[in-house]
Amino acid sequence: MEVTTKSMPYEAWKDNEYIESLVKELQGNGANVVVGSFDKLINWGRSNSIWPLTFATSCCGIEFVSLGAARYDMARFGWEVARSSPRQADFIMVAGTIVHRMAPVLRRLYDQLAEPKYVIACGACAVSGGPFKKSYHVVMGVDKIIPVDVYLPGCPPRPEAMIYAIMQLSRKIKVEKFFGGVNRQEKQEEFLKNHPIPGVED
Amino acid sequence: MADTQEIIAKLFPQATFEEGDILTVEIPDAQWHDLAETLRDNAELSFDFLMTIVGMDWVEKMGCIYYLTSTKYNKRIAVKVATEDRVNPALTSIADLWHIAGIYEREVYDFFGIIFLNNPDMRRLFLSIDWKGYPLRKDYDASPETNPVPEDNERQSDFTQVYTRDGEGKIECKEERIFAENDFVVNIGPQHPATHGVLRFRTAVDGETIKKIDVYMGYIHRGIEKICENLTYPQTLHFMDRLDYFSAHPYHHCLCMTIEEAAGIEISRRAQVIRVMMDELSRIASHCLFIGTFCMDLGATTMLFYALRVREQILDIMDKTCGARMTFNYECIGGVMQDLAPDFVDDVKALLKIIPQNLKEYDKLFTGNVITKNRMEGVGVLGREDAISWGVTGPSGRASGWACDVRKTTPYSIYPELDFEEVIRHEGDSMARFKVRMGEIEQSARILEQLVDNIPEGEYCVKVPKVLKFPVGHWFRTVEGCRGTFGVYLESDGTVNPYRLKLATPSLPAAAVVDSLTRGDKIADLITIGGSLDYIVPDIDR
Repeated sequence: MEVTTKSMPYEAWKDNEYIESLVKELQGNGANVVVGSFDKLINWGRSNSIWPLTFATSCCGIEFVSLGAARYDMARFGWEVARSSPRQADFIMVAGTIVHRMAPVLRRLYDQLAEPKYVIACGACAVSGGPFKKSYHVVMGVDKIIPVDVYLPGCPPRPEAMIYAIMQLSRKIKVEKFFGGVNRQEKQEEFLKNHPIPGVED
Repeated sequence: MADTQEIIAKLFPQATFEEGDILTVEIPDAQWHDLAETLRDNAELSFDFLMTIVGMDWVEKMGCIYYLTSTKYNKRIAVKVATEDRVNPALTSIADLWHIAGIYEREVYDFFGIIFLNNPDMRRLFLSIDWKGYPLRKDYDASPETNPVPEDNERQSDFTQVYTRDGEGKIECKEERIFAENDFVVNIGPQHPATHGVLRFRTAVDGETIKKIDVYMGYIHRGIEKICENLTYPQTLHFMDRLDYFSAHPYHHCLCMTIEEAAGIEISRRAQVIRVMMDELSRIASHCLFIGTFCMDLGATTMLFYALRVREQILDIMDKTCGARMTFNYECIGGVMQDLAPDFVDDVKALLKIIPQNLKEYDKLFTGNVITKNRMEGVGVLGREDAISWGVTGPSGRASGWACDVRKTTPYSIYPELDFEEVIRHEGDSMARFKVRMGEIEQSARILEQLVDNIPEGEYCVKVPKVLKFPVGHWFRTVEGCRGTFGVYLESDGTVNPYRLKLATPSLPAAAVVDSLTRGDKIADLITIGGSLDYIVPDIDR
């Protein structure tokens, strides 16, 4: 199954093995005709209107602003509806360094996002700590505190790279089972089991 | 210089002096407060601007270096105060003399554990209250086990500590409320679209009127000063891009100048001109983004698109020469990384052509707008005295009538040869801060016009040894960043790594002044005032 987005040929993607393995994992046993068709319909809609949360801590956030401005214009893809409230957003683009003091805040923001929710770790700091690897106060990668869907390297990544990353996310959304399965949620529960929040049950 | 030394020596016989490019005075802690008062109030000295407080750990003793400037006589002085007690280090606070001193002292306390007696608010500034240890001490245990990534929400206290010395010389700690007992406190931030990053205001309100704001910083504190202590000098440079990412070029320029001065490196004329042109280009780009985001905060989203158009054009010029849109890492010790792109001159000329048109367009669209005028005029008025006492430099300081442009007061590089005006306004309100930045775009364009046809031939970078070592000593240099005076304090112990690298950034005072500017105004004005001060949060937290 060739998963791609509009006006981007399948061969142009750099990591088709990954998406193929994902397709195999999620849809290996086939899909129910009715539910599968509904899935396709709703995923078409979902993947073309991913709304980001306005969230930026440092340099990457400025490139995200450029992405929203006229030149790179993310409105072409249906991502321009940046929401200031996590309750209305689909994904959180962790644009910038996350430090110890910010970690519980980010975790809470993630918990406040409505399901289904996604995370893009944007920039070297969010991916691994980046240039601040030796700092006493920086979280070495946001995947230590929240599950990450797409890793986007760069310091900061260019707006073009950001477009590519969000397109990857939309590709991922396209293969998910929205009605038929609960794959995503299971993964999240597993993650939260390994990273419990003290004082919060379930 | 000699007069300053004479006056101090007469009044304070205990003081010792050290000559250098800046006069350094060392004084015992017991006389420090009196000396500080003299320095500020003596008509012949009038050191009224506290530039920064550098916390220091010299292993055998701990202390602070205070950098003061006299705005009247345009002189600088450094005062060293130290204590030998490492277990309970304590110094006398000068928070009653300079508004900004209270915040700087909190920073020193946070990093070094030095307690300031009589400071009315002696809490940590950047790190959470449960943080173990003081990270910039030389014996700090940096292992991740001591301070793991917190999983639960940060503990919050409504109390602050005040330390005083009682009659027998013992230090007493008193708890005091931050807000009054029945205050209604609203939390704004750290994740809020109008705080320009991750800054948090705990705001006590009475209806819609702000009574007091408690600013919480440190949500992007990355510990750059500590990391630098384990890096070689050329390695420390790239962090300058990541402080205030709009002033990447001026900040780089500052650290390069400091290191070049310490190592005695002369750079070529071509490199000087390139550096200054890059500084001014980034100033225009930075002010354009300010206009965009500030107007967006006020609800005029369209302005963002207009302002970013010019910024994108500048980023293209930078992209061609430096190879990046942001975090350029372009200036290096001895000059610049690589030569200018072949079409640099043409691109800059094309840019200079459109800038006047664009400014006219901004004025038409926004400045004269009735809503704009109502929301900005007379909102957040900062007087000249207050601006100096709070240390609010840059365009925000100049909007209060304070001529604080480092390019004019202590010129560096080729600025003395250039013909440009310092934009000063006297209203001190948000509108003035906005207009000063509009004026500075014009002046920067004027500087570029003078230079674009006069880029001299020559080498762009002189040969510098791979491993740099300086003699023991300390240096303090300032430049005019896009947001104000940026200072670098460098102390060398003769090895390949800096012993201490302190970065005095302009955004910290700008964020600290928000409390006093907003008192009595409405919540909506907080957004206007915060936006007009134009602080960059990673620049505050470092």
